[in-house]
Amino acid sequence: MRKVTAMILAGGQGTRLGVLTEKIAKPAVPFGGKYRLIDFTLSNCVNSGIYKIGVLTQYKPHVLTKHIGIGKPWDLDRKDGGVTILPPYVGSKESEWYKGTANAVYQNLEFIEESGADYVLILSGDHVYAMDYNDLLDFHILKGADGTIACMEVSLEEASRFGIMVTDLDGRIVEFQEKPEKPRSNLASLGIYIFNYDFLKKILEEDERNEKSSHDFGRDIIPRIVRENLGKLYAFKFEGYWKDVGTIKSYWESNLELTSPLPPLNLHDPNWKFFTHTEEMPPSYVSPTAEVMNSIISEGCEVYGKVENSVLFQGVIVEEGSHIVNSIVMTRTFIGRNCSLENVVVAENVVIGKNVRIGVGEDKKNEYDPKVYSGLITVVGMDSVIPDDVTIGKNCVIGVDVDPNDFESRILESGGYIFHRR
Amino acid sequence: MKVLGLILAGGRGEGLWPLTKVRASAAIPIFGKYRAIDFTLSNMVNSGIYKVGVLTQYNPRSLMDHLGSGKEWDLDRKHGGLFILQPYVSSQGEFWYRGTADAIYQNMTLLRRGEEDFVLIGSGDHIYKIDFTDLYQYHFKKGADITLIVKKLDESYDLTKYGIVTVNGNMRILEIEEKPEKPKGDLAFLGIYFINKYLLMDLLYASVPQKGYDLLLDVILPNLDRLKVYAYVFDGYWRNVKKGIDEYYRINMDILNQEVRRELFYEKGKVFTKLKDLSPPKLTGTATVSNSLISDGCIIAGSVRNSVIFRNVRIKAGAIVENSVIMQGSVIEEGAVVKNAILDKEVMVREGREVVGEKEILVLEKRSVV
Repeated sequence: MRKVTAMILAGGQGTRLGVLTEKIAKPAVPFGGKYRLIDFTLSNCVNSGIYKIGVLTQYKPHVLTKHIGIGKPWDLDRKDGGVTILPPYVGSKESEWYKGTANAVYQNLEFIEESGADYVLILSGDHVYAMDYNDLLDFHILKGADGTIACMEVSLEEASRFGIMVTDLDGRIVEFQEKPEKPRSNLASLGIYIFNYDFLKKILEEDERNEKSSHDFGRDIIPRIVRENLGKLYAFKFEGYWKDVGTIKSYWESNLELTSPLPPLNLHDPNWKFFTHTEEMPPSYVSPTAEVMNSIISEGCEVYGKVENSVLFQGVIVEEGSHIVNSIVMTRTFIGRNCSLENVVVAENVVIGKNVRIGVGEDKKNEYDPKVYSGLITVVGMDSVIPDDVTIGKNCVIGVDVDPNDFESRILESGGYIFHRR
Repeated sequence: MKVLGLILAGGRGEGLWPLTKVRASAAIPIFGKYRAIDFTLSNMVNSGIYKVGVLTQYNPRSLMDHLGSGKEWDLDRKHGGLFILQPYVSSQGEFWYRGTADAIYQNMTLLRRGEEDFVLIGSGDHIYKIDFTDLYQYHFKKGADITLIVKKLDESYDLTKYGIVTVNGNMRILEIEEKPEKPKGDLAFLGIYFINKYLLMDLLYASVPQKGYDLLLDVILPNLDRLKVYAYVFDGYWRNVKKGIDEYYRINMDILNQEVRRELFYEKGKVFTKLKDLSPPKLTGTATVSNSLISDGCIIAGSVRNSVIFRNVRIKAGAIVENSVIMQGSVIEEGAVVKNAILDKEVMVREGREVVGEKEILVLEKRSVV
């Protein structure tokens, strides 16, 4: 019996997801019609037989902690182990926020110690993938490694966005390049690490004493182990689907990918199910006036309009005469009559009135934050209300809790933004 | 005030043959993801009843599998919770349940031990949504000994299949005629009883040892003069799946009506059922779906009209499904045609085959291959 404890880093804000993470942590962002991002990692753990899991939270954890609860949907409500939420806490000597991913794990070394782990799996709560961690662990043990990093081959152009591993013929990492301009390899780190517990403990304690460190696995821990040759680090080549939905564009794309006949990530695999906590809702209803093509229509949806290449989450209502194309519409959003939405991401609990058009007009740069809002996609934040007869352009952003009074005119040109005035 | 819920789910459900060949009628799948018993069970939980006994006898495997520990209904509790009450062997002998009254009588311990003052007796075959707290109020206001739920049935129900109730101006029940050839009225007893627990125990002790095994015929009816038995009129949607294949089919089609969906799914609390952890349904580029219910895990590439599609069904490109009920795990291959049919679970209709019900609804048994 191999004793593995998984630590899931779930404290990140995910700033590049803009208003989608204004109220919730990135791991709680909805994905694929009924899931939240953390479901993929949690399900991978239980499908791999790992039942001792710590979830490290920090940024806006309410939705996330409520979603995980006592772990019932993942069979993690157990007498021994199960899932434990690990928020920052007040200590007798010091109390502080998690300063970085490594520091977050460091502050919870006692939790790992008590779990009796021989191996510690460090995971991210915001990646979408299906991986059997036993393959990683087998490799790690076979190589006699101190630490093993799951990697994926990427194209050389993409390589400059990742931490790149240069390995010898045996797979041992001899050089680490963080977001290199001139990558010497195409093996990208997936942010999935397994360490021998004793080794990890020693390294984290050393790192904690280093005042120059930013206490981050990718930036500090891994490079230092390689540079100073502190232990044997190996790269495990993963060949399945893996995605960090870090930007609005990649979030939108990877959701839409699921609507294709044979998507790269198979949500229908009976041998590798993804578990989640959802509200109890009846099956979806598609009316005689509806037309639905290449789409995911989740439970509780009532479709009276036309839906093409889109993902509708649970309880979405699309009224007659409306037309939804290439869009993601999250839980319990209501879309009134004769609306048209193209390339839109609409967050949860949004109400869209009648005759609203979103995603029309020319391609103009977003005036608020062009790095976040781009790719011709318009984003509508949680709990907003868009009044009747409004037209909204491309690359626009509507914030959270926006109400009809926040709309100064019936038209928002491409690249525009509206936030709620408090 | 605490209420004990009892659900009669032992029926054979002959009318639903061959769907009840493999399961009790209370476990019959309905509306894409539910089973019949989910409605009564959810009604009880939504009305604050947290101790529920389910009386089973006939082919209970799928019912037991469905109910499990009662987790989905929040009935996995330290106090109260779900009790599966099956016939058993004891020092007094071994009896199957010889009737509804006998079934409760044989489980008298549950009544005797509990701290509840009242018992609500329902059936696992009924599809309806009700808030029982209104019934409690009515019971007290009338000063009733027993309150029975009744409903005015319109011409879409076959009155000769129900118990027809005669009441006085004060809604006190004077007579109940079980399955009359010539019904005297249109007020039917729905098989739901609300009764003081100790009174029920007394009545059962008096009746069952004298071979009075039926709750309505042997326990309630002989006492109509002596006890104050009142009728509480329910005017919402109510159907009994056990009445026959036609009725079962019709109930499934009713859910395509927006008003029925609203009443059954969105009013007076939710309907809970066993979770399956399936991904949301996908409709591909070749799919055309109209007026249909689609459940989790489905992949639809063919044409679906006026149908109820259960979980994990595959309808492949070029297949046509019309006016049908397709249960969990069935596969309709390319170019196959299914019309006016009920397909039990895991039925396979191969390429180009036709399954078409003409005058009567065609029923394909579980795991059949066409």
